[in-house]
Amino acid sequence: MTVPEPTILSVRDLRVRAGERTILDGVSLEVRAGEVHAIMGPNGSGKSTLTGVLAGRPGYEVLSGTATYLGRDLLALPPEQRARAGLFLAFQYPVEIPGVNNVYLLKASLNAMRKHRGEPELDAFEFLNLIRARLRQMHMDESLLHRGVNEGFSGGEKKRNEILQMSLLEPTLALLDETDSGLDIDALKVVADGVNALRSPARAIVLVTHYQRLLDYVVPDYVHVLARGRIVKSGGRELAKELERRGYDWLHDGTAAA
Amino acid sequence: MTPKQQELESLVGRKYRHGFVTDIASDTVPPGLSEDVIRVISAKKTEPAFMLDWRLRAYRRWLRMSVPAWAHVHYPPIDFQAISYYSAPRQQGDGPKSLADVDPKLLETYDKLGIPLHERARLAGVAVDAVFDSVSVATTFKERLAEAGVIFCPFSEAIRDHAELLERYLGTVVPLADNFYATLNSAVFTDGSFVYVPKGVRCPMELSTYFRINASKTGQFERTLIIADEGASVSYLEGCTAPMRDENQLHAAVVELVALDDAEIKYSTVQNWYPGDENGVGGIYNFVTKRGDCRGRNSKISWTQVETGSAITWKYPSCILRGDGSVGEFYSVALANHRQQADTGTKMIHMGRNTRSTIVSKGISAGHGQNAYRGLVKVLPGADGARNHTQCDSLLMSDTCGAHTFPYIEVRNPTAVVEHEATTSKISDDQLFYCLQRGIAAEDAVNMIVNGFCRQVFRELPMEFAVEAQNLLAVSLEGTVG
Repeated sequence: MTVPEPTILSVRDLRVRAGERTILDGVSLEVRAGEVHAIMGPNGSGKSTLTGVLAGRPGYEVLSGTATYLGRDLLALPPEQRARAGLFLAFQYPVEIPGVNNVYLLKASLNAMRKHRGEPELDAFEFLNLIRARLRQMHMDESLLHRGVNEGFSGGEKKRNEILQMSLLEPTLALLDETDSGLDIDALKVVADGVNALRSPARAIVLVTHYQRLLDYVVPDYVHVLARGRIVKSGGRELAKELERRGYDWLHDGTAAA
Repeated sequence: MTPKQQELESLVGRKYRHGFVTDIASDTVPPGLSEDVIRVISAKKTEPAFMLDWRLRAYRRWLRMSVPAWAHVHYPPIDFQAISYYSAPRQQGDGPKSLADVDPKLLETYDKLGIPLHERARLAGVAVDAVFDSVSVATTFKERLAEAGVIFCPFSEAIRDHAELLERYLGTVVPLADNFYATLNSAVFTDGSFVYVPKGVRCPMELSTYFRINASKTGQFERTLIIADEGASVSYLEGCTAPMRDENQLHAAVVELVALDDAEIKYSTVQNWYPGDENGVGGIYNFVTKRGDCRGRNSKISWTQVETGSAITWKYPSCILRGDGSVGEFYSVALANHRQQADTGTKMIHMGRNTRSTIVSKGISAGHGQNAYRGLVKVLPGADGARNHTQCDSLLMSDTCGAHTFPYIEVRNPTAVVEHEATTSKISDDQLFYCLQRGIAAEDAVNMIVNGFCRQVFRELPMEFAVEAQNLLAVSLEGTVG
């Protein structure tokens, strides 16, 4: 037997409330280096809450359970510390910041990470060289750099911009929250290429998706179904195909009422 | 209030950086205002008779005027008899012949303000006329300007050496009896800057004045007059700061700009007077009248202001678009944090044909700050083809601040096109979280977002001022959000 890969993320029996409503009701998830996990499930099942809580989005209350990232108590860290430790969230709805150049945000972000790691910050020239190379990889236009952050971007441009940031920051754990939704097939391929380029034995990726379409391009190692705040079924990539065929209802019927 | 807000609000209370007092012997007239005091001021400055006469006429008018009450600001009545109307650093003999002759303590003060006089001048190619309290102490680059025929000197010097220009233009934009504070200024002003750019001359460098109120219980009443003759152009920068004091100080300045045919004046201000403390104790009352007259055809006057200081700001840099085809612009960032109150905006008076004006106002309110935009766009019957575009944006950074907009639009010509756009926004939790998730610290994120909000205005500032304005905003806002 081979030695198992190190654990990057370990979520144990996580229960989370937003307002009056309990959204996550005992989620457990183990993600090891090199793995790609897909989390699927019907609308309102808690998928975005899970990525939000892990990234430190405000507005949630953790009732019980733990989340450990690289051996550290993830939930005790402020969001910017989580990011600097290599946790990246690709937003379902990337936020517009009018008047702030995209390139400025990217540079500030990369340099914040580098500073945290004790590496020298990149100057404008070094940074431009780096980001131009990434843009070419992503088949993205350079004009995107000089527009306001997500300001007036189309849905596809916003999602690509998220993947651009991800490829620049090279996270240890990437959480993608419905990055595939609303994309045409070309944009979907670009996103998939970006994710596949990031795959490495040292990293892990968690894809939250509503459809199995993305999984034709990014083949996951594990597929989990989240329903009513719990992971009700886990399996290999064939589970995604089955969900595509049968929908989610058969799973609801199979679980006892919470 | 979310925990994030609390955390950010707790970061707000950054201390005012320029809070120091320079210990220099001052030559100060005892508090109080009367015809005698005005005669003393005029005599100390060895002014010609027309100037004294002008001051006295203003004073007699002022006695019959009352304090304006229409602005959205609140403060206890000012005791005008408790103010000293003249304060000058005491010098031996005549006055400094060069920087080497200037009191080292003064120079140190400028250094603390971040205006190393020699360096700034040399590196940035900026000619600085530094006004310390009421008397200009050093003027640089005079010779180079003189070669181009540009006059740039302390106002008091202009009264002596350029009396004919002064008599022709003084009070022609802001009349002697214009308003309470301008009239007070006309009676008691002590110094300021005078600029004359002759026909066809493009001023070879940016002109800059730093003002600073130092002596306790003195008002500062400076007066600036800039004339760009036909085809001339000039860019003028004004920076202001004042030391920390518990009592309020009055600053009532007047600025007059005159642009003749095809002339252009760009006037930029970065104002950082002491804003008072977190509880609203102390701070400058900044009651200023600034007005430009586009007197000639195709002339242009552009105001850019970044107002982060003062306890109360009451200020409306305006343009009278008299010449056909003339252009007026107003770009403003006004910040009201803690207990600051700002009532600021502009007036664009369209008189000539095909006159155009642009107004971009960015108001930022934080803490308990109250920020009001007040703007008048007036199109007179003869102003065929007049156009105005106004954009007025407010950013709210706490639950306890206020943003108010008072636009006045009076159009008396059917061919005019007047547009007014207004938005109010907050730094959203989503924007902040987005930046945090990219590893950017909360404070840097807020600065980035606020700077983005102000970008349209900052890009109108000369380069070195734009950087300074961004830093100033960062300092003034440290830790604020809503």
